Amino acid sequence: MNTAPIIETQNITKKYGTITAVKELNLKIPQGVCFGLLGPNGAGKTTLIEMIEGIISPTAGNVLYFGKSRKGTFREQIGIMFQQTSLLNYMTVRETLETFKSLYHKSLPIESLMQLCHLNEIRDQYNDKISGGQRQRLLLALALVNQPKLIFLDEPSTGLDPQARRNLWEIITKIKKQGKTIILTTHYMEEAQELCDQIAIMEQGQIIAKGTPDDLIVNYTKGVMLNLPKKCLPSDFYNSDFYNNNKEKVSIVNGRAVFQAPDLNYTISNLISSGADLSQLNIHTPNLETVFLNLTGRRLRD
Amino acid sequence: MNFKRMRAMFFARNREFFRDKASFGWNFLFPFLLIAGFSVLFGGDVRKELKIGIFPCNAHQQSAMRQCAPESLNHLEYVEFVEFTDFEQGLDKLRHHKIDLFLDFASQPFRYWVSDTSPKGYMAEKIITAELMPDSKALMARQQIEDEKEIRYLDWLFPGILAMNMMFSALFGLGFIVVRYRMNGVLKRLKATPLSAFEYLSAQMLSRLFVLMFSLIILWVGCGLIFDISVEGSYLDLLLIFLVGSLSLISLGLVVASRGTSEEFTGGLLNFITWPMMFLSEVWFSIEGAPGWVKGIANLLPLTHLLRGVRRIMNDGAGLADISFELMVLSFMTVIFLTIGAKLFSWSR
Repeated sequence: MNTAPIIETQNITKKYGTITAVKELNLKIPQGVCFGLLGPNGAGKTTLIEMIEGIISPTAGNVLYFGKSRKGTFREQIGIMFQQTSLLNYMTVRETLETFKSLYHKSLPIESLMQLCHLNEIRDQYNDKISGGQRQRLLLALALVNQPKLIFLDEPSTGLDPQARRNLWEIITKIKKQGKTIILTTHYMEEAQELCDQIAIMEQGQIIAKGTPDDLIVNYTKGVMLNLPKKCLPSDFYNSDFYNNNKEKVSIVNGRAVFQAPDLNYTISNLISSGADLSQLNIHTPNLETVFLNLTGRRLRD
Repeated sequence: MNFKRMRAMFFARNREFFRDKASFGWNFLFPFLLIAGFSVLFGGDVRKELKIGIFPCNAHQQSAMRQCAPESLNHLEYVEFVEFTDFEQGLDKLRHHKIDLFLDFASQPFRYWVSDTSPKGYMAEKIITAELMPDSKALMARQQIEDEKEIRYLDWLFPGILAMNMMFSALFGLGFIVVRYRMNGVLKRLKATPLSAFEYLSAQMLSRLFVLMFSLIILWVGCGLIFDISVEGSYLDLLLIFLVGSLSLISLGLVVASRGTSEEFTGGLLNFITWPMMFLSEVWFSIEGAPGWVKGIANLLPLTHLLRGVRRIMNDGAGLADISFELMVLSFMTVIFLTIGAKLFSWSR
């Protein structure tokens, strides 16, 4: 068996005019993992993933597939679920699957695919007359129709309700169990934590951290997180010594002040002495979201 | 090249055409209504060129109205009489160019009015005065064109409307749809599969060719049942020139489809191409006598050559050898358009 990484990028760069979307990025993705690409909007996730897919060509650098440059057969061996795609008009779900099936040499039986992605109930409906969740499952089924070795999922659950999201995760977990390699972009930390074995966090076209979810939590968080509504802070809080000495540990997210607290007692006693109202205080043990905010928080606060 | 992939795309596009009830119906209804409308307006095959208002007259049937006119004028051909019981109203209609000439038989001798700025008014005046000149027949003798069958207006217009419908269907059906698919990401999704651009575009072209030929036959048969359409030449030759002409129009559609990323822009571009083509290719009227440069432009348009070929077969009974020039020009245009379209084609925005 080939032990080379299934995907390797070498100094890959993409520029749009004067904007560098992806900058000299090196990445190795081993076979059989679910690899998550995380990052705020505009970090370059989709650009990177589309360069790997071969949809757009890099300005510089290479993409290797099993250690070699990608050949014509690459498209036969990958499955892609794009962020936003319409489908061919006036086709039922079953016909859409059959049409895509005909585009490949190797394919899965349509029936088992519909079963896996829970599409049986809507098999004869036109593909523009189905719900958001059903649509994502159909797009996922299309990505699987050719029994791909490598599956790209670009923000698969964006815009779905929690139930539809769980539903999609279940299917993805089943696919993972078949030993397929999955590359997934998301900005839902919960999704990454649920599905991914390895994670890379991107910002401004570069990878700023990578590892397993547990490694990232250990390496990029310090202690628990406290948060409370911004309005519970006294008005002169930003002039206090406590704030000025701990600026990098404080961020504002969705109207709440978030504090990294390596030493919980120290933070709480300082908050109390500054006059903050702690009645609406939340305490979180660190998770991927903490990692994400630690690494990209400044940008979000902007 | 993989036929399985091409076939899948071919059938997908055909399904789309046949299932889109609104545009499917429109594709057949529109040309049919046009032909039906013209046949009613122009009485099947005779166009009434001039409108002459007569006063006083209270008849409602054209034949009865003619009786209001003096005997010397009531047999005029290509003239539609319009009756007036109100003198002022007649003059007003003339002022607004609703009629070309206004006759008042109430006075003796009868009087007429005509607009100084209207060419048709001028013609109407000349016709009436000539008709009343007793010795015109002595001054010149009318001769008959021999050995030539008369071409009716309907036989001239019918292929024009069919070809025009073909042009719209080819250009919008290919140009518009591919641009929409590029915009909404369908092309991007297809690019992610092993499907090649050549396979995709060939399937689109073949599907459109099938649709055009299908529509042509339905329309021809449908119109043939209602109107009396005469074809002097061979139906097989007709089919061939329509086929070659369709291909050139579809290829032109492909050029439009190759790059566009906005439906608005593409819509404008398609109108920019189709409207001049409709007027300059003699769908509705002849451009005989137009300036040389206008004819020069007309010769660059595929529809011109398609229509010329079709009309020569239908109206003059021409054979393939007679229209070989048109066939060659159309094939040449197809190759040029295809090359440009393929060079420019892009899957993504």
